[in-house]
Amino acid sequence: MRPDANESGLTAAGGPENRAARPRFNPTLSLSVLILLLISTVALAQQRFPPPDFESGHKLPLTTTPAGRAFIYEYVDVAVLAACIAISVFLIYRKRSRAGLVGLSLFSLAYFGFYRKGCVCAIGSVQNIALALFEPGYAVPVSVLAFFILPLAVSLFFGRSFCAGVCPHGALQDLVLLKPIKVPAWLEQALSTLPFIYLGAGVLLAGTGSAFLICQYDPFVPVFRLSGRALMVIAGVALLALGMFVGRPYCRFLCPYGALLKAGAMVSRWRVTVTPDNCTQCRLCETSCPFGALREPEEVQTTPSVLRQDRRRLAFLIALLPVLVLGCAWVGDFFSGAAAALNPTVSLADRLAAEKETPAKSGALSPDDLALDRARQNADEFLRNAEAIRKRITTGSRIFGGWVGLVIGLKLVGLSVHRRRKDYEPTPGDCLACARCFEFCPSELVRRGFPNGFASQPLDGSPLEPALK
Amino acid sequence: MSPPSSNPNNPSRRQFLKDGARIAAAAGLGGLMGSIAMRSSAMNTVWQIDPQKCVRCGNCATHCVLEQSAVKCVHAYAICGYCQLCTGYFEPEPNDLNTGAENCLCPTAAIKRTFVEDPYFEYTIDERLCIGCAKCVEGCNRFGNGSLFLQVRHDRCVNCNECAISKVCAGDAFRRVPANAPYLLKTTSHGL
Repeated sequence: MRPDANESGLTAAGGPENRAARPRFNPTLSLSVLILLLISTVALAQQRFPPPDFESGHKLPLTTTPAGRAFIYEYVDVAVLAACIAISVFLIYRKRSRAGLVGLSLFSLAYFGFYRKGCVCAIGSVQNIALALFEPGYAVPVSVLAFFILPLAVSLFFGRSFCAGVCPHGALQDLVLLKPIKVPAWLEQALSTLPFIYLGAGVLLAGTGSAFLICQYDPFVPVFRLSGRALMVIAGVALLALGMFVGRPYCRFLCPYGALLKAGAMVSRWRVTVTPDNCTQCRLCETSCPFGALREPEEVQTTPSVLRQDRRRLAFLIALLPVLVLGCAWVGDFFSGAAAALNPTVSLADRLAAEKETPAKSGALSPDDLALDRARQNADEFLRNAEAIRKRITTGSRIFGGWVGLVIGLKLVGLSVHRRRKDYEPTPGDCLACARCFEFCPSELVRRGFPNGFASQPLDGSPLEPALK
Repeated sequence: MSPPSSNPNNPSRRQFLKDGARIAAAAGLGGLMGSIAMRSSAMNTVWQIDPQKCVRCGNCATHCVLEQSAVKCVHAYAICGYCQLCTGYFEPEPNDLNTGAENCLCPTAAIKRTFVEDPYFEYTIDERLCIGCAKCVEGCNRFGNGSLFLQVRHDRCVNCNECAISKVCAGDAFRRVPANAPYLLKTTSHGL
């Protein structure tokens, strides 16, 4: 009952289309087979060749569907995250233990990094949230929502405890830090606006469904996976090499989630202090921070002439803020084309519009041509759809431009506001709560029970006395 | 400016602003979480290929972040015609219907051809060898029943937040599916 599936059957079915290499066309034979096939089609639904009738009782094998990771483990991840953050807070604020934090970092690196391969992570979750906000069809998984919310909520009360020992990206960089050098203040301040700009770009591209920029350009996930795009492997290794001398370069100058945590930490309820009780201004901790977060005491100049000048500058900068926002929004408009090109639908629509007149290619098609073919099948709807996306990206680019202006403006305003600081204190936004500075404080050593505040073994290998005044 | 006060009942202006900002941020976070939680799903999602949309472009073999793609060819045996001349197995116009490499489509010899009974042959995929290039899928869909198709294999897939193949998929066939139903298996063949 079954038509002999030889090369004639092959030719007949391949007749109308012309995509792949196929055998010679044989009109007489193919016609006969076509008729044969049409007859059999009536009885056998849609199959070109009817399923076999095994006389030997051969059983059909089942199509295998190997399972992924069990559902329950998503919640295990969230539980591990919550536990790690709680332990981190405990180690920073109660135990004040650097050794404990290193241990926690190692665990996080092993679990979230090498075991979970860097995916599900709080840094990338920003994009899922952005996509969920702007794309009603996308349902964000609860576990991803938890990864976004938990560290951020904790930062409002305990600063960047997540960065200290839970984030695998931070842990990896923290462990390679050998000999930190001080980044000049002007460079540090300028670079510290980058995370906010990167955050804006990530939200813009994710929210419009164009690209998950932050995941695509994550430098450490290829390290965790031990494979990845060459560009990102090189970037990851280069950042780690840089991280040997510049403390945590990704965390400080790029991490978009770090930008959110920084904002949270700036208003946090409790914050890290170098000293457990009171500062004697011995300056032993002065150079202890590898991340440039430790600031020296600052007395506000109260001479009326200086104050007047400062106030005038501040007023000028605040007045400049809206101008900057609008100006940058205008500039952002020029980049909307580049942003739209990153969206696969829009870039395909561009090609479709450009090649509307040219006839469809035949023969073996490249993936790009196949995509064009797909778009052609419903060209009008495709173009309409792409136009709607392009409009959203244009609006988004303007908002992104405005955001960049706001970030720069607020940075300038922030720099011209006086901070009153009596003691050596870590700036809450920049402090990654790594607990390195604690061990430099004599009061801390007293708290830990060392006689007279001196460690029997100096901590950094150098004699402590000369540094004391 | 008044000196910062340590009296909790009479906070400094700066402290007051900071507390206010914290409460506002907490409220904002709560609001954001609430609005998104309404639309969130308890189930995580995984990536999968819709076989009806797949155009067999070959990007799956080369664009996965894994060194060997997580996409493999799978076989819906119930649809298969068990053809002697399998167009997913053999090159067009093969020299001979045997397992010689010059006759075979698969570049890695991942398809096994076993004789069942005259004239039926069974074709099974060795997933350790399959690279997801879709050459066999193209042959089977174009000329045969379409029982071979590509699927993301979840024992291999690392479930990237954004699948690298999905961005370049020529047929726009990748989509997120619930993790408890992670496969989109073919149950009907491609029609004539």
